[in-house]
Amino acid sequence: MTTIISDTEVAARAPYSTVLRKGETLAIIDLGGNQAVDFLCYDAADTAKRYSAAATISAQRNIFLTTGSVLRTGEGAPLLTVVEDTCGRHDTIGGACSKESNSLRYGQHTRYQHACVENFLTEGAKWGLGKRDLVSNVNWYMNVPVEQAGTLGIVDGISAPGLEVKLRAETDVLVLVSNCPQINNPCNGFDPTPVRMIVTGGGA
Amino acid sequence: MSTTSTTYGARDHARAQAGTVAEAMPSIPASTWPDPPPGIDPAKLVWAETVAGGGYTHKVLARGTELRLTDVEGDACAHVLLFNADQPWERLNVADTVKVQWNAYLGEAIALLSDQARVLATVVTDESGKHDALCGTSTVDGMTLFTLAAAKHGLTPRDLPPSLSFFQGVHVETDGGLTFTGSAGPGKSVVLRTELPVIVLIANVAHPLDPRPDYTVTPLRVLAQRSTASTPDSPEWTASPEAQRAFENTADYLTARGLA
Repeated sequence: MTTIISDTEVAARAPYSTVLRKGETLAIIDLGGNQAVDFLCYDAADTAKRYSAAATISAQRNIFLTTGSVLRTGEGAPLLTVVEDTCGRHDTIGGACSKESNSLRYGQHTRYQHACVENFLTEGAKWGLGKRDLVSNVNWYMNVPVEQAGTLGIVDGISAPGLEVKLRAETDVLVLVSNCPQINNPCNGFDPTPVRMIVTGGGA
Repeated sequence: MSTTSTTYGARDHARAQAGTVAEAMPSIPASTWPDPPPGIDPAKLVWAETVAGGGYTHKVLARGTELRLTDVEGDACAHVLLFNADQPWERLNVADTVKVQWNAYLGEAIALLSDQARVLATVVTDESGKHDALCGTSTVDGMTLFTLAAAKHGLTPRDLPPSLSFFQGVHVETDGGLTFTGSAGPGKSVVLRTELPVIVLIANVAHPLDPRPDYTVTPLRVLAQRSTASTPDSPEWTASPEAQRAFENTADYLTARGLA
């Protein structure tokens, strides 16, 4: 029997965090479709050991995440395994939007728009994490192809309402999420929507 | 009795080692570098060093420094991290660097962006074309060397973001798969120009996707000379509208800070 430990609807544009115990799973459900979910994770026992996009990409020799992908620390240790993915692929290279980078991508007029780094900083502070603890993150449901000549970009998503990703904790893991508030590119279909987070106990 | 059994003997023994020349070492002062290549004025050198394969180095460089990295024998891999020397919490952001400039690959006129949307340095010359901004450094030796280099600037492992690597290339296939493309051969150089005062950390270790079973990494040459930072008429400023705004943000910071 699996036990539901928590079931949370994360509002559009809002942050979320939780600690998963080893063996627990986190389902991230894209309620409205094409909603980027910016995601960082840390070894709960020592947050200096944290998700490394580089180590994760190098180990699986692919920039996209899907079923079977293992999110690793900079030292190569597994934090989370993708055990189910009804979307198909997710981004590891685009990072989080910030007020600062928005000024480069769209112009200085975006400075007062909300951004993922603001969510990460606010939510991370609850766990004693600060700016230096933020690194390149996962973007669940975000579609970032790389052309053969190297051009990359955030394009229209391939997700849809109700699709989900399920992650199994390989150790005790602190999860830090920004339900992306970006409105200047297609990562949220230009309309940020809520997502649902369900934590389930082991024994599945 | 050995020559080092007394303090006097040990002192003489230590002092007799002065002047030894090793393959991997810095020239101090840098202006004494023995064989400056064309384009390098020895009088302007501020850093001249050969980094052993498997070694690391680090330096604080002024804004407007040209940092030339050379793959001497063809199998160096320069893993590089940059921090704003005035406020090291501002550091290289690889994701912003590739995303903001719509380009997964490093090359001429690419700005190396900080998380504060400013330009830490630009790639002004690239003879190699074989680089990587996605795979970071290796989980054991690269991370260990960066940890050591960072410590010498008061920085801890938490301060280490994903790094860039020069001289060993990776190509992204349509399905997202990564293909290691190796080096462009011996003697190739990359020149970075610093746009802010920066802490540079370099680890010269094999690329994480290097498939060779024997650990292969050869010496890296580092020559940095005083130069001038970019100006609005430099090609880097107008390489893209995004880069231009990054240079404008950088100038805004420097002006308010009293640095330019």
